[in-house]
Amino acid sequence: MPSVLTVSGLTKVFPGARALDGVDFAAESGEVHALIGENGAGKSTLIKVLTGVYRPDEGEVTYRGKPVRFATPLDAQHAGISTIYQEVNLVPLLSVARNLFLGREPRNRLGLIDFRRMHREAEEALRALGVRVDVGRPLRSLGIGAQQMVALARAVSVDARVVIMDEPTSSLEPREVQTLFGVIRMLRGRGIAVIYVSHRLDELYEICDAVTVLRDGKVVHTGRIAGLDRLRLVSLMLGREMSEVRSEGVTKFTGAHGTGDEPVLQATGLTVRHTLHDVSLSIRPGEVVGLGGLLGSGRSETAKAIAGALPPDAGRVVVAGAAVRTGSTPAAIRAGISLLPEDRKAEGIVPGLSVRENIALAALPGLSRFGLVDEKRIDRIVETFMKRLRIKASGPHQKVGELSGGNQQKVLLARWLAMQPKVLLLDEPTRGIDVGAKAEVQSLIDELAEDGLGVLLISSDPEELVEGSDRVVVLKDGAVVAELTGDGVTEGALLRAIASKGGDDD
Amino acid sequence: MTDLALRREPLDRARLLTLLQEYGVYAGVAVLILANIALTPHFLSTENFRTQAVQVAPVLIVALGMALAIGSEGVDLSVGSVMALSTSLVSLYLGYGVWIALIVAVIGGAVIGVANGSLIAFIGVQPIVATLALMVAGRGIALVLLPQLKDIRDPAMASLGSGALFGIPYLVLIAAGLALAVGFTVRRTTFGRQLLAIGDSRPAAQLAGLPVRRVLILVYVVSGVLAAVAGVLASARLQASDPTSLGTLMELSAITAVVVGGTPLSGGRVRIGGTVAGAVLIQLLTATLIKHDLPPSWTQIAQAVVIVLAVYAARERGKR
Repeated sequence: MPSVLTVSGLTKVFPGARALDGVDFAAESGEVHALIGENGAGKSTLIKVLTGVYRPDEGEVTYRGKPVRFATPLDAQHAGISTIYQEVNLVPLLSVARNLFLGREPRNRLGLIDFRRMHREAEEALRALGVRVDVGRPLRSLGIGAQQMVALARAVSVDARVVIMDEPTSSLEPREVQTLFGVIRMLRGRGIAVIYVSHRLDELYEICDAVTVLRDGKVVHTGRIAGLDRLRLVSLMLGREMSEVRSEGVTKFTGAHGTGDEPVLQATGLTVRHTLHDVSLSIRPGEVVGLGGLLGSGRSETAKAIAGALPPDAGRVVVAGAAVRTGSTPAAIRAGISLLPEDRKAEGIVPGLSVRENIALAALPGLSRFGLVDEKRIDRIVETFMKRLRIKASGPHQKVGELSGGNQQKVLLARWLAMQPKVLLLDEPTRGIDVGAKAEVQSLIDELAEDGLGVLLISSDPEELVEGSDRVVVLKDGAVVAELTGDGVTEGALLRAIASKGGDDD
Repeated sequence: MTDLALRREPLDRARLLTLLQEYGVYAGVAVLILANIALTPHFLSTENFRTQAVQVAPVLIVALGMALAIGSEGVDLSVGSVMALSTSLVSLYLGYGVWIALIVAVIGGAVIGVANGSLIAFIGVQPIVATLALMVAGRGIALVLLPQLKDIRDPAMASLGSGALFGIPYLVLIAAGLALAVGFTVRRTTFGRQLLAIGDSRPAAQLAGLPVRRVLILVYVVSGVLAAVAGVLASARLQASDPTSLGTLMELSAITAVVVGGTPLSGGRVRIGGTVAGAVLIQLLTATLIKHDLPPSWTQIAQAVVIVLAVYAARERGKR
């Protein structure tokens, strides 16, 4: 079979991380090839190497039989590799036709743009994809789906041999997804190689011929998708082979916690367009509830919606019997909800401020009188928490930006514990921190639950999730697909729920 | 050994840049004073020091507000126009008494500040654009209120502009008092701490539940009020209200003082002591060049060199 684009032994090193480690990959003409993997697996790095954004440190890219090295994305585009990103990167104010022909407009004899020809050809190009729009209208007046079609038409009309699609369906309605799939099938029929990045398993099985799974910068599987067990695919992505799931793991969690009866947090019917569909969950005091699912399943969004950082279109959040105004972080915090965000560096720490200021940040109004900061009380609190959480810093005045990831995470925990919260939402609390700190954070979570806090634990690590949680709610495409309780909280059950087909729970 | 030698050079360079950013402004002031003592006749006189101090007072007061705006990762370009508005208001309301005129002028500055802050905090306009709009609008309003220059003939205003307490001009006392107050605010109040957190990382501040909008609006209100006070003091000293020219290019002088004083443009830090020294540095630089009969254009070039140096030091250091 003709491989139009192959890479072999591709390695790309960033300071502190091997983003790609000897990756082999081949895209065949007339085939839709799925590229999947969790956060940090190396998908986007691989795409960026293929499209000339990054240059590899080692390894070779072969395109149409010849070794190539694209210096810029434009080079790759000219050679026939087109990329369609999640967000459409066209000019919203220009007309559909202008966007389609941007940079290669048909000219008349005077060297001016030949609008009649351009409009005619634009209409033809779009009709070929089954899209009927007025090509004279500005692009932004179209729906996202139609805009994506224009991007696709543009990609195809520049004589592409390879089309890379990065999560093309993430903001499409189901009907638009079907139109897109129709177009993809047509591209395949024309002998174009399509590289398809998505986390929606149902879509992969519907549209893709082959699949390559990346994990930690390495290819862990590549082959036909037909006949590949869904459960196996999920285990490959998450790095948990079914055979190696042990009864007892290496995490620092101790097991079940005694839990109260009345839920301290009750979220019902949380809905955010394109993101969450009627998500409900409840947490009792002293309980650790895990939130499982693949990347993009709506885990972080659920936490943010509960914490007021993402305004839901519908849904209620109730803490200790009292309704909380949604869409307001201060209201959620006053009610006793604390969120440790996934992106610790950008949304958690204030890097330029000291450990002390970071710990006191949220509690500041309570530590002040008439707007004046009570330094002594802050000192006491900071000292208590630095000791209790074993924060390693040269002192309370060291900048948080200089600490290790684990200690930064502990500073954030201290910030929230100083607020005496009722519910703690932890989004990937141990990601990117070293093994020792990981164990410490895990035992801290246990301690906090034992002290009666309700904890929501989000983790991509099935082992951490299963061992750390008393109960696990599994999300898929923004909806709850399963809830594991009691003895049902096992990695096998978790993976099966994630791999389940469509909306039904098997 | 070679490894050590290799590592040493950039480390020293880093330390040098840190020193330059942290203390360069004080060294600059010291050098200028020493050079002037040696080279400029009659520099070491009380009269001269008093003149310099009186001249720097309005710039310094405006720069204090600017330091807060820059610390919140913003900027306030409308300060010069607020000075013009305030001089117009003073002139119009002086008939009701000095205090009424003063209060009205300060309210005018606060209103402009609310407008700036609301555009930034609620509508999400970039600070540079929002305050540019108010810069244009503010001077327009000032000129509508008072279309041309008008003398101020009021004994109380005259005394405010040229009077002194124990030999220290009121202007200087007021500027010093305000500098202390703003310094205290930054260090010791909830508002000051929240401002720095917002300037350093707005997403983190937001998720930590800080009242981001309220703090941002307050920042621009404080900046507007300080600029209005500076406008009143400048009018008192000049014994005239001149909304056409009062405060023109003031925003640039204030930004220079703040940046030269070591406050990074990227927000998250406010250095009030540095800002005071920065304003003094610019003032001394101007005075020195004028005393030695160099054309005023030289002053601007010298200012530009100092700014580039300050921004370079901050940027190079920020890379590490």
